[in-house]
Amino acid sequence: MNFEDTPQEAAFRAKARAWLEKNARLRPADEIAPNLLGERESADVIQRAKDWQTKKFDEGWAVLTWPTEYGGQGLGRLEAVVWGQEEAKFDVPPNIYAIGHGMLGPTIMAHGSDEQKQKYVREMARGQVVWCQLFSEPDAGSDLAGLRTSAVKDGNDWVINGQKIWSTGAHFSDYGMIVTRSDTNAPKHAGLTYFIVDMHAKGVEVRPIKQINGGSGFNEVFFSDVRVPDANRLGGVGDGWRVAITTLMNERVAIGAGGGAGRFKDLLKLARATKRGGRPAIEDSAVRQKLADFYIRSKGLQFTGYRTLSALSRGATPGPEGSIGKAVGAPLGQEMASFAMELQGVLGAVNDRGVSPQDALWQEMYLGTPGIRIAGGTDEILKNIIAERVLRLPPEIRVDKDRPFREIPTGSVKG
Amino acid sequence: MNLEFSEDQKFVQHTAREFLAKNAGLDVCRKVLESKTATSDPGLWKGVAEMGWLGAVVPEDLGGAGLGHLELVLIAEEIGRSLAPIPFSTSVYLATEAILLFGNDAQKQQWLPRLASGEVVGTFALAEGAGEPDLASVATRFENGKLNGTKLPVFDAADAGVAIVVSQGAQGPVLALAELAGKHVEKTALESFDPSRTLAKLVFCDAPAERLGDGGGAAAIETLLDRAAVMTGFEQIGGATRAFEITREFTLGRYAFGRPIASFQAVKHRLAELYAQIEIARSNGYYAAWALSTGNEELALAACSFRAAASEAFEKAGEEMIQLHGGVGFTWEYDCHLFYRRAKWLSASLGTPSAWREKLIQRLEAKGAALVDDGE
Ligand SMILES: Cc1cc2nc3c(=O)[nH]c(=O)nc-3n(C[C@H](O)[C@H](O)[C@H](O)COP(=O)(O)OP(=O)(O)OC[C@H]3O[C@@H](n4cnc5c(N)ncnc54)[C@H](O)[C@@H]3O)c2cc1C
Repeated sequence: MNFEDTPQEAAFRAKARAWLEKNARLRPADEIAPNLLGERESADVIQRAKDWQTKKFDEGWAVLTWPTEYGGQGLGRLEAVVWGQEEAKFDVPPNIYAIGHGMLGPTIMAHGSDEQKQKYVREMARGQVVWCQLFSEPDAGSDLAGLRTSAVKDGNDWVINGQKIWSTGAHFSDYGMIVTRSDTNAPKHAGLTYFIVDMHAKGVEVRPIKQINGGSGFNEVFFSDVRVPDANRLGGVGDGWRVAITTLMNERVAIGAGGGAGRFKDLLKLARATKRGGRPAIEDSAVRQKLADFYIRSKGLQFTGYRTLSALSRGATPGPEGSIGKAVGAPLGQEMASFAMELQGVLGAVNDRGVSPQDALWQEMYLGTPGIRIAGGTDEILKNIIAERVLRLPPEIRVDKDRPFREIPTGSVKG
Repeated sequence: MNLEFSEDQKFVQHTAREFLAKNAGLDVCRKVLESKTATSDPGLWKGVAEMGWLGAVVPEDLGGAGLGHLELVLIAEEIGRSLAPIPFSTSVYLATEAILLFGNDAQKQQWLPRLASGEVVGTFALAEGAGEPDLASVATRFENGKLNGTKLPVFDAADAGVAIVVSQGAQGPVLALAELAGKHVEKTALESFDPSRTLAKLVFCDAPAERLGDGGGAAAIETLLDRAAVMTGFEQIGGATRAFEITREFTLGRYAFGRPIASFQAVKHRLAELYAQIEIARSNGYYAAWALSTGNEELALAACSFRAAASEAFEKAGEEMIQLHGGVGFTWEYDCHLFYRRAKWLSASLGTPSAWREKLIQRLEAKGAALVDDGE
């Protein structure tokens, strides 16, 4: 049991820090780190993000845990955490690779052919090309295996038709990973096939969707007779569900606690700066109790994450702890934002960076965190997963599991 | 960084679990709880002493096992799982720990071997009636080698032969060591919310006592409480986990509407939430145990966080246990109330969750700008 850096970790931290100091601006302690939830980044920001990634790649600081043959550094997850902690202290462009590097790269490495791995993974690490995840559909979100976008074999190609939705970053992506239905006579999980698609191909149309926070980080993506070579198939025909599961398993780890847990210090600052009954809010015992509760849960989540890492770095599969992060962390972030706005009293209603405390950080967070509770598995789905996979409680009753897909009834969200 | 216990430490835990499974079934707890006269299970106390747990962190030349606190917290977790009806937490984490930390050589020689062998039970007297104990308002006086005042409630006091008493000396709070035999100390048993663990009122009337080492002072007493909070927290995690496991088993075996109640989503989600709460508390515990075992200054924050989280996790587990058992959960015959009672008793024993949350914020404020967010 040791919470401190080992000598190797300390040396790695110092090296990372030195490189960052040479190449980026250290954010002063009193500067609020920007809130990056679903902004529609400008072409200029995207290019800066890509250039930062390529610089890291060229100098040995990109995708640290990936094997060297794919552009990584073959390092452990603990080093990646150390790197992340240090990089977060610097003013660097937004990370537009959470999906590609966190989920899609690992999926190609796990299921791709040698040719696919050679062709895509290194380029993905270098970052001049960006990838998106094309899973959800208007009628298939939590019930992802209910998806309907069709893939029909035609010679050496597949022809894809249908609609994907909520595709984060599709508007600046060059490639996407898509799950399609290739057989409607098979039961729903058995008729799926997974592909890599070129987002610039003919028949792919990306339309932004405006989110509740005014940003447009995600999109609708329409496929009209899009031809995809069979060489782009990942895994076997009809084996798409298994491949998709790899992506989803990585997704929960990649999303992690998301948003709230790292903001405690900002919340404490706010409680000191705002007044209640003429006195600093921090002197109010109800406020103190709440703050303590947030601190305790945030820390507990952070250490739970470290437990997972400790298990992983010894080569064990992550314990149950892995699935707790997002299930607890996402609602916690929303609760913290809500409380921060309450602390602001009437100013809670002001969403004006010039007037609202801390550059309207909390207003933006309160508008952003509901998305985190839905993306990558809703709170409810995650609790089902903890209950079934970790606690081994009986699965949900499935009325559609063994029937041919085309016979399954459906309702629609459109209205 | 490594957040796992070593193989040797896990072995200590495994041995403890086996021993307690054999010697401290829930029937042992129930027997004391239902008895009008028993204050603990003497056989179990003796067995635990023979295992070396009472002197786990006492040096070998003073009759202890010479283990570290990382081993002791794992033993604590097992004690917590078993709901052992013995005054372990007070005697080991408070009385023995206090003498180890602050006693002078003569006091260590005199008391540690007897505490480690189980011959003497130690207790710790802090509270003086309603509210959260706070050092500044302690009224019990310690002057010229004499103690005067009333302590209530005193946890695990029934069988105790020696007490570490938080009292007011000439220059503020000090720790005094007093033997409890003799006519200068009056001990009155109080009805306990968890009758498998005792409570008493102690009235000191010119009771002879000595200062523990150079007496501690407020900061030292706070450190003692922090350390005890971490160890007690592991008992609470143990109790919570066991309550959770029993409840899970029950929901798998109980049928309603033609299926196990564990298959209803409302039940599954409650169990998932409880599980997450316990694991998050446990993670805070690992951090606190590391700080305890290394003497790291982070202990001041980690102890508060863990103690509050562990108390609430065990309380919640007791509540959910009864609810998910349905009617039988509300019967005397089922064991749910054993957990429900123990959870509340342990929560109150060293300051409630809200007291530890308040302490946490005081300490965070004192830390001020040095506070960093390194959360993911
Ligand atoms: C910000 C954001 C980014 C996203 N990015 C991507 C992306 O890049 N690529 C992509 O493919 N998708 C993406 N998604 C989609 C996301 O994965 C889905 O929105 C999510 O899985 C939920 O599906 P749904 O929206 O269809 O809601 P539904 O599945 O219809 O859920 C509606 C409600 O019903 C509940 N519910 C559903 N099933 C159950 C059940 N079995 N038990 C209990 N409750 C249930 C849900 O919890 C929810 O509260 C993103 C979503 C968001 C919000």
